[in-house]
Amino acid sequence: MKVTVNGAPAEVPPGASVAEILAALGHDPSGRGLAVAIDGEVVPRRTWSEAPVAAGSRLEVLAAAQGG
Amino acid sequence: MDDPLVIAGESFSSRLILGTGGAPSLESLGRALAASGAEMATVALRRVSPDARGSVLSVIEGAGCRVLPNTAGCFTARDAVLTARLARDALETSWIKLEVIGDDRTLLPDPAELLDAAETLVAEGFVVLPYANDDPVLARRLEDAGCAAVMPAGSPIGSGMGIANPYNLRLVTEGAGVPVILDAGVGTASDAAIAMEIGCDGVLAASAITRARDPVAMAEAVRRAVEAGRLARRAGRIPRRLYAHASSPAEGLADL
Repeated sequence: MKVTVNGAPAEVPPGASVAEILAALGHDPSGRGLAVAIDGEVVPRRTWSEAPVAAGSRLEVLAAAQGG
Repeated sequence: MDDPLVIAGESFSSRLILGTGGAPSLESLGRALAASGAEMATVALRRVSPDARGSVLSVIEGAGCRVLPNTAGCFTARDAVLTARLARDALETSWIKLEVIGDDRTLLPDPAELLDAAETLVAEGFVVLPYANDDPVLARRLEDAGCAAVMPAGSPIGSGMGIANPYNLRLVTEGAGVPVILDAGVGTASDAAIAMEIGCDGVLAASAITRARDPVAMAEAVRRAVEAGRLARRAGRIPRRLYAHASSPAEGLADL
């Protein structure tokens, strides 16, 4: 299925969870420091391996960067 | 620690907070952080970069500092609240340096959106440190909303113009029941000293240090300035006078 991750199109297995999508993109989904929003809502870390992500979802995957 | 800065029950022996934006490299940031003596450093939340080398988090936490995420880049209360929630999920801290910008050119805060976001985040259990205008009325409103500190701008972010309105800053500090941290505008060490002499409880400096020609030396200079300003504030300065007030006695003057 197609989703958008940080503004770029991505092809992921149908029904993939957030954790699976993160792993497929080379991120450590257990690692502290990442946060995920889907369609403008926070997806809490504890639910990353649970709910399947819907096709067409817009994911934002964020991390701490220099700033402030 | 005989004169700690206490924010939301947490004690800090350093009154300088380092903003990490603008450092040319993580190595430079690490050295400046050590030289600054800061016990808290800010981070922004941005799209993760797959090819990122090293992490700002490991630099800050490796130095034993508390990470203070910010909501930099947000122009609405909605975006700032969402960013704060994401920061809490990513970094396991409920502390947030709340920024809601109202103007592209000056990056000054939008007071209405700021207060709105602060109220929401306080209700959600966040420890809110709002980047605010140097307005004593807004500072009071933010404190009344439950913010743990107020962080007035001395002048626009990255401008290095120092404290544009010392009178307003003084009114903010006099009226505040929570710590006042000068945020934005510091250009060099003396600006930090002046902020502390006016009565601020702490100073946040980013560009002044990270973009200095020698960030490590400037970090040390600002650290010492914050300490000197604090000491001077507590020591009690003499009043300004229009005319001289002789320091040598007139009595016993020789008739030559």
